[in-house]
Amino acid sequence: MNIKKTSLHNLHQQHNAKFVEFAGYEMPIQYKEGIVEEHKFTRNHCGIFDVSHMGQLYIYGDDQLLEDLEKIFPIDLKNLKLNHSKYSFLMNADAGIHDDLIVTKIEGGVIIILNAACKNSDFEILQKTLGDKYKMILDDEKSLIAIQGPQSSKILEELIPGVNDLSFMSGNWFEFQGSKTFITRSGYTGEDGFEISLENSKIEQLTNNLIEKGAKLIGLGARDTLRLEAGLCLYGHELDINKTPIEANLKWAISKKRIEEKNFLGSEKILTQINEGVQNIRVGIKPEGRIIAREKTKIFNEEDNLVGEVTSGTFGPSVNGPIAMGYVNKDFSKKDTKIFLEVRGKKYPANICGLPFYKKSYVKGVN
Amino acid sequence: MSEVKYSKEHEWIKLDGDVATIGITQHATEMLGDIVFVELPEIGSSVEKDGNAGVVESTKAASDVYTPVSGEVVENNQAIVDDPGKVNSDPENEAWFFKLKIKDKAELDSLMNKDEYDKFAKESGS
Repeated sequence: MNIKKTSLHNLHQQHNAKFVEFAGYEMPIQYKEGIVEEHKFTRNHCGIFDVSHMGQLYIYGDDQLLEDLEKIFPIDLKNLKLNHSKYSFLMNADAGIHDDLIVTKIEGGVIIILNAACKNSDFEILQKTLGDKYKMILDDEKSLIAIQGPQSSKILEELIPGVNDLSFMSGNWFEFQGSKTFITRSGYTGEDGFEISLENSKIEQLTNNLIEKGAKLIGLGARDTLRLEAGLCLYGHELDINKTPIEANLKWAISKKRIEEKNFLGSEKILTQINEGVQNIRVGIKPEGRIIAREKTKIFNEEDNLVGEVTSGTFGPSVNGPIAMGYVNKDFSKKDTKIFLEVRGKKYPANICGLPFYKKSYVKGVN
Repeated sequence: MSEVKYSKEHEWIKLDGDVATIGITQHATEMLGDIVFVELPEIGSSVEKDGNAGVVESTKAASDVYTPVSGEVVENNQAIVDDPGKVNSDPENEAWFFKLKIKDKAELDSLMNKDEYDKFAKESGS
């Protein structure tokens, strides 16, 4: 299979990107300055992330579409305001997670943002579940960039007036150089920011304009350290088909009303797990020293029994220390529980901690 | 003090009498990216040519450090354990890794000189 490139590939090259293959795409892992500098620049100024490899799925339909989507997603779509977004999951009947995603209700339907590695299989699952009642387009004629960091709103407002009025997890249509663009106030770094969907032919111009205003391109490497500090899950690591949203400690993303209605895919399992508890649950982990516990690191309790496994671990540049997330047996999931991480044959002390590691600074709206 | 020699694993070694100072090359640090963790061999331990002698971790991944010659560790550089970023800023000088009392000077013969290493690093690209 040919490796795919996004519309910003040339621009990444001009900015001396180092590339890696990610979900079938050649994507920038970092640029000249490196992950730590890129991470800090995003926290302090404004970073631009090319996330055009992600799926942008448009499903068109009326109230019946919302009704049908509620059988799939555990969110209160009918009462969701127009142009507002919800974090959700595509699950199987056992509440195993096929993908985590963002659903935004738009005039005439929904936009769903899907993980790159899952987008084609998600499309098939949704098509099979919904039948051929609705027009569904996995749009590859549009690129997607995220701009993140405290200066994002100032910089983007200068180019696309009005974006500053968006509240967190909402969006709207705007115009850039004569093209319609859908922009949401959202992101994956724990910072204020926006995600901008724009036609492929215009995306390089917009990105260059953002760079002229002081934003910098940031690679997937810093995207990972930023999201981990923000305590956000990455599909394939914290989430997969063998884990449920309750085990992932993401109960907040499931609508209470929808749990009571018990009529979405996986709802039975979700309800059982809410009532009876789960065996393993996702937690934050803070090693005591400088040791970095990477994915698959085994977790032991004080009696040297295996109680869990790390799903993501790195050095957090803003925390200035190692951080990790993982799954542990529920009995050892309480904050401040002492655990041990086995790295290269030796066991190092660590503590279960709350998430996020780095405090979020989302802009809350009144609406 | 003798000339600096280089290994294919991107370590440098400088001999002073029978004590060798060993670190990783500038090229290695450029490949690794931001170094955020360093583990060094313990003082008094014996290490074997081409064997493991520590770990460096960047934000991306962990990599083993190898010793280009055999010997007994007589000193290790705690300064880079406390501040791993030093390895990026001055890898071939201040940020040395450990010092060995070497067993066999002949082991140095197979290593590269600066010109040979620069050529090797350029060609291997890793």
